Amino acid sequence: MALLDVRSLTTSFHLRSGIVRAAQSIDLSLERGETLGIVGESGSGKSVTCYSIMGLIPQPPGRIESGEVHFDGQDLLKLSDEEMRQIRGNKISMIFQDPMTSLNPYLRISTQLTEAIRVHGDVDEKEALNRAITALEEVGIPDAPKRVQSYPHEFSGGMRQRVMIAMALINDPDLLIADEPTTALDVTVQARVLDIIKDRQERLGTAVILVTHDLGVVAGTCDRVQVMYAGQVVESGDTDQIFYDPKHAYTRSLQKAIPSLKAKDEVLYTIAGTPPDLSKSVAGCAFYPRCPFPKVKEPEGPVPELVELPDGHCLRECGYCDRSQPIEEVLAQDVEEDVQ
Amino acid sequence: MTRFIITRIIQGLVVLLAIYALTFVLVALTPGSPFSTERAIRPEILAQIEAFYGYDRPPLERFWTSLTNALQGEFGPSAVYANRSVTDIIGEAFPVSLMLGSISLIVALGIGIPAGIVAAVKRNTWLDYLPMSASMVGICLPTFVLGPILVLIFGIGLQILPVSGWGAPEFIILPAATLGLFYAAYFARLTRGGMLEMLNQDFVRTAQAKGVPQTTIVWKHCLKGGLIPAITFLGPALAGIIAGSFVVETIFQIPGLGQWFVKGALNRDDFLILGLTVLFAALIVMMNLLVDIIQVALNPRLKYEK
Amino acid sequence: MTARTAKMVEGAESRISSQPTADDLEKGSSLWSDAWHRLKRNRLAMISLFIFFGIVLFCVIGPFFSPHDAQEQDLLKGALGPSAQHWFGTDTLGRDLMVRTMEGGRISLLVGLVATLVALAIGVIYGATAGYLGGRVDAVMMRIVDTLYALPFTIFVILLMVAFGRSLWLIFVAIGAVEWLSMARIVRAGVIGLKKQEFVEAAVSLGYSHSRIIVRHLIPNVLGPVIVIATLTVPAVMLLEAFLSFLGLGVQPPNASWGVLINEGQQNMDIYPWLLILPAFFFALTLFTLNFLGDGLRDALDPKSSKD
Repeated sequence: MALLDVRSLTTSFHLRSGIVRAAQSIDLSLERGETLGIVGESGSGKSVTCYSIMGLIPQPPGRIESGEVHFDGQDLLKLSDEEMRQIRGNKISMIFQDPMTSLNPYLRISTQLTEAIRVHGDVDEKEALNRAITALEEVGIPDAPKRVQSYPHEFSGGMRQRVMIAMALINDPDLLIADEPTTALDVTVQARVLDIIKDRQERLGTAVILVTHDLGVVAGTCDRVQVMYAGQVVESGDTDQIFYDPKHAYTRSLQKAIPSLKAKDEVLYTIAGTPPDLSKSVAGCAFYPRCPFPKVKEPEGPVPELVELPDGHCLRECGYCDRSQPIEEVLAQDVEEDVQ
Repeated sequence: MTRFIITRIIQGLVVLLAIYALTFVLVALTPGSPFSTERAIRPEILAQIEAFYGYDRPPLERFWTSLTNALQGEFGPSAVYANRSVTDIIGEAFPVSLMLGSISLIVALGIGIPAGIVAAVKRNTWLDYLPMSASMVGICLPTFVLGPILVLIFGIGLQILPVSGWGAPEFIILPAATLGLFYAAYFARLTRGGMLEMLNQDFVRTAQAKGVPQTTIVWKHCLKGGLIPAITFLGPALAGIIAGSFVVETIFQIPGLGQWFVKGALNRDDFLILGLTVLFAALIVMMNLLVDIIQVALNPRLKYEK
Repeated sequence: MTARTAKMVEGAESRISSQPTADDLEKGSSLWSDAWHRLKRNRLAMISLFIFFGIVLFCVIGPFFSPHDAQEQDLLKGALGPSAQHWFGTDTLGRDLMVRTMEGGRISLLVGLVATLVALAIGVIYGATAGYLGGRVDAVMMRIVDTLYALPFTIFVILLMVAFGRSLWLIFVAIGAVEWLSMARIVRAGVIGLKKQEFVEAAVSLGYSHSRIIVRHLIPNVLGPVIVIATLTVPAVMLLEAFLSFLGLGVQPPNASWGVLINEGQQNMDIYPWLLILPAFFFALTLFTLNFLGDGLRDALDPKSSKD
C-alpha cells in the first residue's frame, strides 16, 4: 500500500472577489522512499495541494471541498486539529521556499530545533540539544555545537535552508514536502541544497514531494513527475517519460522553455500569455488560449478526464489542438508568421 | 551593548540640558516678573524682592546659577507660595503623582496588551470587533471628557466611588481609570497590529508545519516581535500620562505634581515651572532609555548591530 | 485576508484586481476617482463624513438662526434645563448653551483647521527637504524628529502659552509647531520612494533646481498620504486645544471653545449635568468622525497599507 494516496482533492478559497478553485480534483500517490516532483507555474495549485495535505490551509477563506488524503492508512482530512498537529513535523515535514523568512528571527536556532523535537516527544532539553547539533552536522553545517546558539540572521541563505532541512528531518519523518526549496537561493547553492535533501532521503528512506516550477530541478532528483496547470494535473508519469516524451501541450511548452546550454543562438522560448483566472470556470481546456499548437476546434463542455495510457503515463487528452508535429516546428512556423 | 547604553545615557543628558535651557529661555522671555501682581507693591520693595531672587543679574549668570543649583537638586524657592522651596513641593507631591501614574500605566498595559493579543489571535470574530470598537471609542474620549463622565456615573449617579480627594485606595480608582483607559485603547490597537504582523510571518507557518501548538506559536514565536510597537509607545504614553495628570489631578483634587504645574503656569511661578519641567523631562528621557534597552533585548538583530 | 493566503492563492488574485499601470499614473484623475469609489463603499467613513459636515454646518450657520446671542447673559434664567426656548438649556450665567456650543465649535474647528495647516506647512517642507537631500542631512534631520517625538511637547505648548500670552494666534502656532512630526516622517518616506522614479531623474537631468523639483514634482505625488495624515492631525490638534482650554491656558473668555465649555460643565456637573454632557458629546462625536474618516481615507488612497 502506498504511503500517501490522495484522491480527488479539491481546495478553494472563498474570497470577496469570487471563489478561487486553487486545486481541482487532484490525485497523487507516493511509495515509501520515492520522490515525486510537482511542476507548474505560480498559481497552478502546487503549493495549495501541499498545504492541503499538511492541513495548513487557512480556513476561512480556504476550504477543502472534497477528497481523501490517505497517509499510512489514515485519512488525514478526517483527523482532528490536535491529531493533525501530532502528525505535522513528526510523520510529515515541510520545507519552504524562502529560508530568510521561514526561520523565526527572534529565536535562537537551538530553540527552534529543539522545539521541533520536544513538541513530539518527552525529551529533555539537553538530549534535544545534542540531537539538534547532530542534525546540523548531518546537513553539513561546520562548527555546529557553537553555531547552534546563533540567531538566523547570522547565517547565509544557503545555510538557513540547511537548517530548515535539518529541522524538517529531525524527527525522521516518513514524508518530506519541499515547496520550492531552492527558488530563493543563489544558483551556486541550489545544487548543494538538493544534494543534501537527496542524501538525507537516501539514508533515512524518506519519501519526498518536491514542488518546483523548474523542470530542470526535477530531472536530476525525482522518480516521478506530475505537471500541474490552472489547479489541475495535466500530465503525470515517470521522470523519463515526462522529460523525453512529453505529451500534453503545456508540458511540451514547459520543456521547451528550459534554457539549454548547447544552443547558443536560439531565442529562449517563453509561453505567451498568463495562467487563467481560477475564479472563473473554463470550458474544455484551461491551456487552450495559450496553446502554441494549431487549433482544431473551439473547446466546450467539461474538462476531459485524466486517462492512463498503456505505459502508465497519465494524460488529460483534450483534442482541441493538433499535437502531431514536434513543438520545434510549430514554434518555427509561429516565428515565420510573425516575420511576415 | 554597554557602549550603546552609555551613548544613549549621554544623549539623554544632552537632551535634558537642552530642555532646561529652552525652558529657562521661555520663562525668562515672559514679560513682567512673577512678583508684579495686581496688588500694588512699592517699586523699591519689588526691586528688593527681585534682587533677593537674583532677578537683577544678567540672564547668562542667572542661567548658570540656576543650572548648578539644579544639579545639586535645589530648584529655588516657589515665587508664589512663600517659604516653600520647589524641592519641598516636589518631595511632597511627587509620591502622589508617581502612585497615580504607575497605577494608570499598569491599567493601560494590563488592559491594552491582553486585549490586543486576543483581538489579533481571534481576528474577525467578536473578540476582535468588541475590544477594537471599544478602543476606538476610548481614543475619542480624552481624559477631560472621560474623567467627568466617570465621575457622573460612578460618583454622582451610582455613588459607589468618591468624587474627589486622596488618601485611601478607593480614591485612586476613578483617576487611574481616567488616565489609564485612554492609553489602554492605544496599547490595544498597537499590540493588535504588531501581533497581526507577526502572525502573518512565514516563520509562523514553519512552526505550524513543525506541529507546534497554536498557543505556543502565539506566546513563544510572536509575542516578542508583536510587542515592539507597544513598547515603542511607552515613551509617548508616559509623556501623555504626565500631561493627562494635569487634567486628572485638577478634576479629582489630587495633591500631585500636575496640579502644582498648572497652578505654577497660571501664576507664573518661574522656579516651580522650571523645576517641574526638568523633572518631567527627566522621567520621560529615562523611560525612552528603558524602551531602547528593552527593544535591543527583544530583537536579536538589533543586538547584533549595536 | 492574510498576507499568507494571498501568497497561496499566488497569482490568481492579482489578476482579478486590476493594478495601476503607467497610464493610470499619468492620468492622475483616475487614481483619485478610484479612491473616491473605494471611500464611498466604506459605510462607516461615509456616515462619519455626513455627520462631520452636519456638525460643521450646525456650528458655522447655526448661530445665525438662533434667537439668542452667545454673550447675552440673564442671571434670572441661569442654569435652566433643556426646554422649548433653550433646547440645550442655559449655563450658570443664563447664556443659551446651544449657541455657546455652536460658537465653541466654531473656535475648536477653526483651531483644528488652522493649526493643522501650520503643522502641514512645517511637516511637508521639513520632510520633503530631508527626504530629497538624503544622506547625512537626512539622517540628522530625522534624528531631530525622533528626539522631539520623545519629548513632553504638551508641556512646551503650555510654556509657550504662558510666555507669549494666550491669544488664538498663538494657539494656532504653538499647536502647529508640535504636531508636524508625523507629517514630516510621512512626506519624507514618500519622497524617498518617489525620488528613485524616472520622472524625477528626468527633471534632474534637465537641470531643474532642487526647489522646483520639490514643488512641481514631489509634493503633488505625496499628496495622498499627506491628506490622510492631515485628516488624522485635525482631531489630534483639537484634542490639544481642548486640553489647554480645559486647564484655562487656551481660549480665554468671553470666547469659548468646546474645551472651555467642558471645563465649565464639569465644575457644576453634580447639579447641572447637561452643561457637561452636551458639549462633551459634540466634541467626542467630532473626534470620532474625523478618526473614522481618516482611517477610511487611508484605506481608500492606499489600499495596500490597509489593515488586515
